[in-house]
Amino acid sequence: MAISEAVGQRAFAQAPRRGWATRLLEDERWLAVSLLLPTVVLLGLFIAYPFVQGVLLAITDTKVGIPGRFVGVQNFIALWYDSIFRTAVWNTFVYTAVATVFKLALGLWLALLLNRHFKGKAFTRAFILLPFIIPTVLSTFAWKWMFDPTFSVINWTLFQLGLIHGRINWLGDPDLALISVIIVNVWRGVPFFAISLLAGLQTINPELQEAAAIDGARAWQRFWHVTWPLLLPVTMVVMLFSIIQTFADFQLVYVLTGGGPANATQLFATYAYQIGVGTGLLSEGAAVSLAMFPFLLFVVVVQLLYIRRVEVH
Amino acid sequence: MIEGAKWRRWAYFYIPLGGFIFWLLFPFYWMLVTSVRPDRELYRPWMAPNYTPFWTAHPTLVHIIDLLTETLFTRWMLNTLFIAILSTVISLFCGVLAGYALSRLKFPFAGSLGTGIFITYLVPQTLLFIPLADIIRNFQLGDTPWALILTYPTFLIPFCTWLLMGYFKAIPRELEECARIDGATRWKAMTYIIIPIAVPGILSAGIFAFTLSWNEFIYALVFLSSAQQKTVSVGVTSELVRGDVFYWGQLMAGALLGSIPVAVIYSFFVEHYVAGLTGSVKG
Amino acid sequence: MARVLIRNLNKFYDDFHAVKDVNLEIRDKEFVVLVGPSGCGKTTTLRMVAGLESIGSGQILIGDTVVNELPPMDRDIAMVFQNYALYPHKSVYDNKAFGLKMRRVDRGEIRKRVHEAADILGIRDYLGRKPRQLSGGQRQRVALGRAIVRHPQVFLFDEPLSNLDAKLRVQMRVELKKLHNRLNTTAVYVTHDQVEAMTLGDRVVVMRGGIVQQVGEPLELYNRPANRFVAGFIGSPAMNFASVHVTNGTGGLRAGNTGLAIDVPAEISSRLAPYAGRDVIMGVRPEDLEVANGGDPPGLCFEALVEVVERLGAESLLDLQVGEQTMVASVEPNIRAKRGDRLRFALRPERLHFFDTKSEAAI
Repeated sequence: MAISEAVGQRAFAQAPRRGWATRLLEDERWLAVSLLLPTVVLLGLFIAYPFVQGVLLAITDTKVGIPGRFVGVQNFIALWYDSIFRTAVWNTFVYTAVATVFKLALGLWLALLLNRHFKGKAFTRAFILLPFIIPTVLSTFAWKWMFDPTFSVINWTLFQLGLIHGRINWLGDPDLALISVIIVNVWRGVPFFAISLLAGLQTINPELQEAAAIDGARAWQRFWHVTWPLLLPVTMVVMLFSIIQTFADFQLVYVLTGGGPANATQLFATYAYQIGVGTGLLSEGAAVSLAMFPFLLFVVVVQLLYIRRVEVH
Repeated sequence: MIEGAKWRRWAYFYIPLGGFIFWLLFPFYWMLVTSVRPDRELYRPWMAPNYTPFWTAHPTLVHIIDLLTETLFTRWMLNTLFIAILSTVISLFCGVLAGYALSRLKFPFAGSLGTGIFITYLVPQTLLFIPLADIIRNFQLGDTPWALILTYPTFLIPFCTWLLMGYFKAIPRELEECARIDGATRWKAMTYIIIPIAVPGILSAGIFAFTLSWNEFIYALVFLSSAQQKTVSVGVTSELVRGDVFYWGQLMAGALLGSIPVAVIYSFFVEHYVAGLTGSVKG
Repeated sequence: MARVLIRNLNKFYDDFHAVKDVNLEIRDKEFVVLVGPSGCGKTTTLRMVAGLESIGSGQILIGDTVVNELPPMDRDIAMVFQNYALYPHKSVYDNKAFGLKMRRVDRGEIRKRVHEAADILGIRDYLGRKPRQLSGGQRQRVALGRAIVRHPQVFLFDEPLSNLDAKLRVQMRVELKKLHNRLNTTAVYVTHDQVEAMTLGDRVVVMRGGIVQQVGEPLELYNRPANRFVAGFIGSPAMNFASVHVTNGTGGLRAGNTGLAIDVPAEISSRLAPYAGRDVIMGVRPEDLEVANGGDPPGLCFEALVEVVERLGAESLLDLQVGEQTMVASVEPNIRAKRGDRLRFALRPERLHFFDTKSEAAI
């Protein structure tokens, strides 16, 4: 029958009976609970619970196969006096700081270069990300081979160019090892910075640059006064992400040097592994891991505060 | 804007860009060359006279063949694939639901939960691996792929959730309201209307999650012990070094082949990957 | 019987009282328009009828059923949104069929209804396309079609024409009117445009600050506005208002200010008498100001200085300076006037409105 007739004749249909589950999920709050349940369970089980366990481990003296007794902060005090631990702390901060500065500077430079139009731009952009995409361990092995004291291609090139006369023991020389590791970390991180900063650059209205140019600003001034302030939010987020990842880094050092030579590249993570898994001193290993937490918490808080402030604007 | 003389273009643009590209991509070239270089050329010290590093006159597939036949490399690849796919699926499932709830529903503690999930993203695996190893053992999951399939979501879900929240927020709420008036329950409005529209975001999150799973190392190193169970990263690291001797030919072949699946998937979905990367940073 | 009854409806957003004690009866098959400036509570009221907002206090009945607790899907209503809310990933056909699929209507019936609605709205050719391939007007039709196929008891419209360009809006207004005549279904329509309200509504509800100002047929609102706000809101150009002082003069009440002085007509005197010695607000519509000819009673005339002349073709708008205030008059196109002219205008007694200065209610 035609619509007009159908509408006129129908009385108000009784609302269909709904099952209790349907009615429950109609309520916004219960729906939210059921949607978030799997996530909360997984994260609770495999992050919150281990974290608590980690704290408990760190305040006992558990070893592999031997349950521990409560020892309070003894492990942490022992670490304080452990010279290797202190070296690891120093190394980690140096590693993080230097690598981040270089990643930011080089990443920014690359982003500025990529922000122009040239043939094959999309192609280039895709290839640039490869160091970040390819599994870290695998590409790190390539670097290890490139750094190999006997067979290094880098040494060969430098020798051919007349820049060196003997070999450079990139990974075996305690003075050079940390630098070499930083180089690889920077190599890996520059693409991430570059692509993220590039995305940030592309949201900046080009008219602002043009107006500044008309006003007489030179390239460096344009960058400093127009581009950089607008890029700051993205930069901050990227940097904070990167700092956390770098500070807790493990794979790079494990593959390249294992923490040596003579602990020159020992970091929190590698030292924790060495103690906890290598020698089975679980509690002390856990203590080393947990020692990372204060700094990480600081970085997280800074990031949250910064995001809040940006959102308010 | 580099106006003017051609030399300036070369100095300020082409040369630096070329330098970057060379520096970033050379190690992969080196991987490739080493994989096909015969042993006698490989182990020629760098100061020897006939060292020709940048190419080889006698490419050989011997390393690759040895890798595939004499080691458990194929097994490792399958393991890693299995683990990566399942972790991604689990993380996407949780991430889609959580992202939807946090961005489109009003309920108490929504803000704190969102912040909480964000914070867990920043608890690195190197902080948790020791106690987690114990927990895995207690659950009888040690040395099985499930140890990883259940733990990888811990760093995949927060990222997926955060990324998808951005995509969900951009969908106008009238669409859901209309669906509900049309006769859909909230659940059906979510599954029939909102989620299909967010598919590009789900794709981005999935690809990013896949590459992150493939890249993970320390959990795989600590939770897996027998050679058959290992992932590519761990297998290459532990099994291709016999005694103190590095079998560089096979190692580089392993590194090369181990990178291929990720590179292939990435190449098909570059736009989505970049969108995922930049979305998480700008979001 | 598909009437909508709203009883003592209230809505709070934290401390903000958005809807204040609204009482409304929308009769079966009636087309009622809620109109008012933004923030007046009209959309909130509509959304509460739809079930998209929770009710603070009060009751809403559709038919004879209290629907306060019913989710939107169970209220047997259909809604057309301002930005169409078409599902972008579905074709036009699937957009319209979605509601029916949710109710498990069988495929053949769905096809019949979708085609029927498509024919009525003239969108049969677009059924296979996706929304992004359609123009604004076409999308609006699809949104209408989606509402029609459901055969709901009540149609709800949330400013559906606001996103269309002016010309299209006029066209769609007429089509909507025709559609309502054909379908004969109860409808509640929200808009901020008083022209839409006047042309579409069987009855119009004017709202402001969450409170219903007046309910009535369009012409009733036009001729007998209940307060100053309704008087100024309905009609374009808006009514002229002047503050005048009421005095007792020889032969009756007089009302005047620096620019004009008139004899209060007999019909109004009784109502205005209590205000002797005080100020009231006088209102007269631009179209009710006529250029005086010799035959108009002098007690109802005044002089004005022409400041601006806007010739629209069908009428001319004169911006006038009357004493200390400005007024607008809408006059016949053949009236010759230019800037600087002094003209005499006549008022018609039945077209005068007076409002209490404090309460703003009509006197």
